[in-house]
Amino acid sequence: MKVAGLSTLPPGRRATVSERLGGPLLLLAAVALTIFLLLPLGALLLGAVRDDAGAFSLARFAEFAATPGMATAVWNTLWVAVVVTAITVPLAFVYAYAIERACLPLRGLWRIIGLSALLGPSLVGAIAFIQWFGTQGVLKAWLGETSVYGPVGIVMATVYASFPHALMILVVALATADGRLYEAADALSASRWRKFVTVTLPGARYGLISAALVVFAYSVSEFGIPKVIGGNFPVLAVEIYVQVVGQHNFGRGAVVALLLLLPVLLAFAIDWWVQRRQQAGLSARAVPYRPRPDWRRDLPLLFYCLLLATAMLGILGMAAYTSLVRFWPYNLELSLDHYIYGLAEAGVLDAWLNSLRIAGLTALFGTPSVFFTAWLLEKCQGGPTGLRPLVRALAALPMGVPGLVLGIGYILFFNAPDNPLNGLYQTLAIMVVANIVHYYTACHLTALTALKGIDREFEAVSASLKVSPFVTLWRVTLPVCLPAVLEIARYLFINAMTTVSALVFLYSPATLPASVAILNLDEAGELGPAAAMATLIVLTSAAISLLYSLVTHLLFRRHQAWRQGQR
Amino acid sequence: MAHLEITQLSKRYGAFVALDGIELAVERGEFLVLLGPSGCGKTTLLRAIAGLERQDAGRIVHAGRDISQLSPALRDYGIVFQSYALFPNLSVADNVAYGLNSRRADRRLIHHRVEEMLELVGLPGSQQKYPAQLSGGQQQRVALARALATSPDLLLLDEPLSALDAIERVRLRSEIRSLQNRLGVTTIMVTHDQEEALAMADRIVVMRGGRIQQIGGPQEIYRAPGNDFVADFIGRGNLLDATGAGPQHVRIGDLLLRCAGPAGEGHRQRFYVRPEDIRLHDTLDQGENSFYAHVVKCEFLGAYSLVTLQAPTGDARPLVAQFSANYLGGREIRPGATLRVGIPAEHLRPLPEAA
Repeated sequence: MKVAGLSTLPPGRRATVSERLGGPLLLLAAVALTIFLLLPLGALLLGAVRDDAGAFSLARFAEFAATPGMATAVWNTLWVAVVVTAITVPLAFVYAYAIERACLPLRGLWRIIGLSALLGPSLVGAIAFIQWFGTQGVLKAWLGETSVYGPVGIVMATVYASFPHALMILVVALATADGRLYEAADALSASRWRKFVTVTLPGARYGLISAALVVFAYSVSEFGIPKVIGGNFPVLAVEIYVQVVGQHNFGRGAVVALLLLLPVLLAFAIDWWVQRRQQAGLSARAVPYRPRPDWRRDLPLLFYCLLLATAMLGILGMAAYTSLVRFWPYNLELSLDHYIYGLAEAGVLDAWLNSLRIAGLTALFGTPSVFFTAWLLEKCQGGPTGLRPLVRALAALPMGVPGLVLGIGYILFFNAPDNPLNGLYQTLAIMVVANIVHYYTACHLTALTALKGIDREFEAVSASLKVSPFVTLWRVTLPVCLPAVLEIARYLFINAMTTVSALVFLYSPATLPASVAILNLDEAGELGPAAAMATLIVLTSAAISLLYSLVTHLLFRRHQAWRQGQR
Repeated sequence: MAHLEITQLSKRYGAFVALDGIELAVERGEFLVLLGPSGCGKTTLLRAIAGLERQDAGRIVHAGRDISQLSPALRDYGIVFQSYALFPNLSVADNVAYGLNSRRADRRLIHHRVEEMLELVGLPGSQQKYPAQLSGGQQQRVALARALATSPDLLLLDEPLSALDAIERVRLRSEIRSLQNRLGVTTIMVTHDQEEALAMADRIVVMRGGRIQQIGGPQEIYRAPGNDFVADFIGRGNLLDATGAGPQHVRIGDLLLRCAGPAGEGHRQRFYVRPEDIRLHDTLDQGENSFYAHVVKCEFLGAYSLVTLQAPTGDARPLVAQFSANYLGGREIRPGATLRVGIPAEHLRPLPEAA
């Protein structure tokens, strides 16, 4: 049988319309990523190497080097990041080990508590540590003469905030182990310690490296924590804020931003390079490792988890408690005053609604853009040569760009009077776009993993059946990848809800988001309403996470017939 | 002109030559098998015919239409992959109807067509099941039904049986062959399994290093391999270095044997003999082309035994003979024994060097 309509094709036609759309659409994605990522970063670079008259000069760097205190800020940023990494990674490793490699009761609960810091802005930890160890703190005596306002507080709050990031990576690294290696070690009667050193650690080494680099980069680029709890301790991230918001010195801000970008970009470049060598760590023949109960290992680990979980709940709980206490520490009566005052006077409600709007729009527009671009990249052909590597590089780049740096780039690029996109500046739209770009990489990787997981011949089969690739995307690829799509939406929503760094330069009074409002309330000394706002954000994120779990649960139940063997 | 004609098809991946000037003509209704070791270019050739890989040079003409530069969707074929590539979220019926829907055909017609196709592949009544609920062999049958539902002019099978277990593989291969006979659809299959190729093909194309080594019917390929690669790849073969000694005789080591082909006087040439063509004689039988050989090893393999022999062939390589249990009739062969064996002249064949 001949295909209907084939004879009517114009002689020059070599592909169907939908087959030819892939290239141009991917080009569109590349253009969008260029405008909203590459050009702002370029503007940042230009801003740093041009003097006030617009001529090329390295004067700003010289000026920066001569500014008193700058060298201290650089040094502080680095040593704090190293200390944070050295504390967080071992803490998270043992916690992940307890979850994945021991037989603990309530594993799911320990995991959720371990990740709970993700639900709120990083400021939550800072506020809670002030309440615990600050001037009027409950446990002030624990620190002796040392003040929490400064490196001690920054390290504590950053460890708390970066802990879940390290935990996620290490849980994955420890979850996939080849049981046969342990059986072989047992057969050779290797000691517990020997097994740990020769099998467990090497198996998790890429995870450990990755976690260390992620935590290091997190600490370097973290801005809210040193702002709130750092006192007069100078670090680079706060320095940018001071230069840009306090002194309106964009050029100097750009120079500091470049300095911040350097170590973070370097960390992620190393991580990328290390991960590439990791391939084929686990062969298809591997037998998953199943730990057997052993109280000598499980009991100490259970105690450890209990201790850390208590501490983390204590931090989160303190923020919530602060929001409910009438006047810390003199009147500990519980009330909703801060919420009522905040909602009525301090604009808490507006900020919260703004945040909901931003987070909702980020998830709504970000999820399809990310997934569709990943699909074009992975499953379609066409477009000029070099386009695919370019899009891949653009998608990987945001991981190495701190939010503050992206924010400054956006100011310099979109606020320029001769930029036709100038109208976007200080709108809700630009904040949504900044969020999507800022969190692009993680979402892109999630989409890519899901797309690589399905049969790579689906597109070939549909082409042979004369079905458009877009129909197959809609009827097959999207339903199969739905869990990943939901995961991306949740990730974008929660991060857009809690982020401070990229948005702190982009909001206008009308679009002030909740997370930034915390910062402003704290600056005004309104710790109660700030805590109320933080609690509100945590509750919103928790509700979204719960909704996500519910939807995926229902989805898997409904698709039980065909999702067998998946997940 | 042949139904599918391929001329001077070439494809490189960097320095690796996947296809090197392929010339191939496939007749209408033929079952053609592309056979070769991994990396020989057989899959690349199939994917080039499907339009999934674009050749660097050369032409593909299908039913009189030059399809060389057309995208897969503009060519006319159905394809089945080793991985089945069934859509997991769609029922069997929706999978089979996948290519029918886009033509907005009548629902009842589609329903009927699905029923017909599932009956054809031996899976009636499984419309509502999902692929994950079927065995591998059943899934591949559904994939076959899906590929054939749109009545394509050409059926491409990319190692369709490789993912199945041994019993299912043998069952499905005869089913595919009889289905193909019944529908008369021109079929090209890729496989690395010589037994599969011999059992299914009208013609076999043996490939290596991106080149075609030999094209021929199963009998021809097996009985008269075109070169030593084909002789070694299809079945087992004993390769022997010989020197011509008269019009019909060759000298192989200490042996003077009569052979099938003409042998030039003093000319060095390679000959081969299939293990199952070696005869077992009585110890005192002095028949033509017979000689003594020592048994090095004897492997009992059920229906037949493989016997490794040390013979005066002037070669370090031992001679391998295959005796069916039937042929031996209970006679036992022990290592260390001396046997009188013979190579019938018609089975001692000259061999051109590999291309």
